[in-house]
Amino acid sequence: MTTSTLGAPAPGRRFAGGLLKTRELGIVLALVVLIAYTAIDNPRFLSGQSIRDNLLNTAILAVMAAGQAVVVITRNIDLSVGSVLAISAFTVATMMSDNPGLPMIVAIVVGIAVGAVAGLVNGVLVRYGKVPALVVTLGTMYIFRGLVYSWAGGQQVNADELPAHFLSFANDNILGIPWLVLIALVVVGGVSLMMRNYRIGREMYAIGSSPDAAELAGIKVARNLIVAFILSGAAAGLAGVLFAARFGTVDASAGTGYELNVVAAVVVGGVAVFGGSGTVWGAGLGALLLTVISSALAVLDINQFWQQAIVGSLIILAICADRLVAVRIARSLRKRDAHV
Amino acid sequence: MADSSAKPDNRAGDHGPARLEVAGVTKSFGAVAAVQGVSFPLFPGEAHALVGENGAGKSTIVKMLAGVHRPDTGTLRVDGADVEFAGPADAKAAGIAVIYQEPTLFPDLSVAENIAIGNQPLTRLRQIDRKSMTANAEALFRRLGVHLDPGRPARGLSIADQQLVEIAKALSAEARVLIMDEPTAALSAVEVERLFSVVRSLRDEGAAIMFISHRFEEITALCERVTIMRDGKHVTTELVSELSVDDMIRKMVGRDLSALFPKQDVEPGEVLLEVDKLSREGVFRDISFQVREGEIVALAGLVGAGRSEVMQAVFGVDPYDSGSVRFKKKKLKGGSPRAAMAAGLALVPEDRRQQGLVMDLSIERNVTLPRARKLARLGLLFGGSERKSALTWTEKLQTKLGKLSDAVGTLSGGNQQKVVLAKWLATGPRLLIVDEPTRGIDVGTKAEVHRLLSSLASDGMGVVMVSSELPEVLGMADRVIVLREGKVAAELTRAEATEESVMYAAMGQKVSA
Ligand SMILES: Nc1ncnc2c1ncn2[C@@H]1O[C@H](COP(=O)(O)OP(=O)(O)OP(=O)(O)O)[C@@H](O)[C@H]1O
Ligand SMILES: [Mg+2]
Repeated sequence: MTTSTLGAPAPGRRFAGGLLKTRELGIVLALVVLIAYTAIDNPRFLSGQSIRDNLLNTAILAVMAAGQAVVVITRNIDLSVGSVLAISAFTVATMMSDNPGLPMIVAIVVGIAVGAVAGLVNGVLVRYGKVPALVVTLGTMYIFRGLVYSWAGGQQVNADELPAHFLSFANDNILGIPWLVLIALVVVGGVSLMMRNYRIGREMYAIGSSPDAAELAGIKVARNLIVAFILSGAAAGLAGVLFAARFGTVDASAGTGYELNVVAAVVVGGVAVFGGSGTVWGAGLGALLLTVISSALAVLDINQFWQQAIVGSLIILAICADRLVAVRIARSLRKRDAHV
Repeated sequence: MADSSAKPDNRAGDHGPARLEVAGVTKSFGAVAAVQGVSFPLFPGEAHALVGENGAGKSTIVKMLAGVHRPDTGTLRVDGADVEFAGPADAKAAGIAVIYQEPTLFPDLSVAENIAIGNQPLTRLRQIDRKSMTANAEALFRRLGVHLDPGRPARGLSIADQQLVEIAKALSAEARVLIMDEPTAALSAVEVERLFSVVRSLRDEGAAIMFISHRFEEITALCERVTIMRDGKHVTTELVSELSVDDMIRKMVGRDLSALFPKQDVEPGEVLLEVDKLSREGVFRDISFQVREGEIVALAGLVGAGRSEVMQAVFGVDPYDSGSVRFKKKKLKGGSPRAAMAAGLALVPEDRRQQGLVMDLSIERNVTLPRARKLARLGLLFGGSERKSALTWTEKLQTKLGKLSDAVGTLSGGNQQKVVLAKWLATGPRLLIVDEPTRGIDVGTKAEVHRLLSSLASDGMGVVMVSSELPEVLGMADRVIVLREGKVAAELTRAEATEESVMYAAMGQKVSA
């Protein structure tokens, strides 16, 4: 190996890039097949309203998935996002019904701030409590939910108590794109960019890939983990605002069970549960796929039970696919390694 | 391999104040006093060797200099000023670059990213400049004469390649102090010489170098000064030119030692292993050789020549495309380590961290586990008596350990290697395949390992040894098979095998040095 000149590494790079893209490609293909099949059965599935509904529903999930993806990439998990969504949604809804004059941007900022504080709590507990994230966020999932319940009592904020500009935000467009969708695109795009092209993002991957090596490399592991949880919390907080605007009715049970949808979206989207690999775009696509599946099953008039079973199978399939691809990569790399 | 053109003696003495100083440092882990009151200086423009037996405390010192461990007492000084490192980031900021004994790469990141991590070149928008990151990696590899694709992920790199990436990573930091904990343990002479020439030029530019190795010829070739440790204590710090290798060994182990144990002559018995025209697309081609009872056959060659890959295919860990493997005249099923083990083969893998040991499990569990995770489905092969013999083997190999219930991860690198060896020797194989049997093992135990292998061979066991260490190959092997770029370049008998003939075959050209 040492005698030959340094040769073209380019094919290797193309090869690795190609493999990375297969997951995203797989999701897109699955989407196309699913949509085509459903549309043949019921053409109304492709109507403007149906597409719009799908996109709006995806938006909330995708925002949360972007934050969750960062956490999962660092080899952690955030199960509290459903409860954080509820805190944020209830806070913002109460605030808007008490002060109808407040502009939308204030609602958004407050929602994000509430979520970020919750994320900070998670991050600090995980890092300094030396308790696995699964346990910490399972705990805070119940604690945050309990907080909303004790605050809200049995009350709910209804659509007629909320200012019109707040509610119409969920339906308004800008340049023909619904605000919600635009926000989701900006969040997914922004976080993707951070994870791909900025040092902090690459450090997140490094931490998830090998926590010990990250410490030895002098990476600020504590800071990065806390940032990851803050991001996930902030995303859930933002999702809470979108949730309140879209559904108009907020009570203490808002977003119950969302955490599992979010984790499912992330895993189906190709983020490895053991950290270190996967993309935020993939997670966003995962959110889209899950949303389309559930609406397609509704259109096809398939039992709710099957929907859950299908999502479950998808998760398992996704994890198996990851294993297979990993083994394949290892094989072909070993082959190329031999420098023959 | 020793490059005599760069004899360092004349350099000693003309140094200023110490760049880095270890002053009366101690460090204990529970009841284990790993380092006790050690002091030595590292001067700019000088390479300093740290030697000692396995478990002497070398890596512990490295980890204190790297900011991983905090000394219990004593101080570290940089340029004469006391420093306290709160973590590796601080040591890095002080200009200290470290190559750890165990590679610490990020398997999911590309090789180029691994090298650049924390220090990536940025564009004006503070984004990572991937182009120049890749170019930097390529430039470093060119300097080291390494042929690696910077774009590939680090997952699946061989131990030697991992070490080369670690070296590139340390060089990229342009450090004022470069600390290397056994960087050469898996490298062959050619890569070592390349590394040394790069390190020498760093040294000449004024960096302070600390180098750890169990190969004394490397120490005399590279270092001006040496600090010897024994059982965590400081024995002496002297100029290398004033000590002979025998002196060093004597001070290190506290008694006289014959450094190398030559293999006893054994009349080879019947053929055990027949490898015939074994090929694997893109990895190796037409590999044929035989191993008889009582024989030790060495596979030599450069890093990346395909030595480990051939033996992994023989054992069934990797598949092969064509050719055959026969064991005692019976064809061995390809791709099945289970069949190989049942037939009486054992493979001691190269990468103890990933294939040999479960770091969090106790020493006892590791020794008695028949196989690491990868092959765990083979089921338990060990009974009570075998377990006992496994533990006896750890004693025979002079493994330095506290309690058998301690996690293997707390052992020093060389002692971990002994646990791996013990585990496999205890299975009583008919044919033992060992990949770098003495990687990271100190001189004393190395001789012991050689003596053991030799006596096992005289009892009729066959041994195939993949080794990058030439003296080991020459001293131990009845026959040397030299691979070059996946093909057999030469098969040499013990009489024919010399440093020159092996290197000539390995490189395909005359060695200039
Ligand atoms: N984290 C730890 N916990 C407990 N004991 C440890 C730990 N690290 C090292 N030790 C012990 O400290 C002693 C010195 O270990 P160290 O790794 O410094 O040896 P070394 O000189 O580098 O040996 P080698 O040549 O085998 O690499 C050993 O007895 C080891 O078991
Ligand atoms: Mg060590």
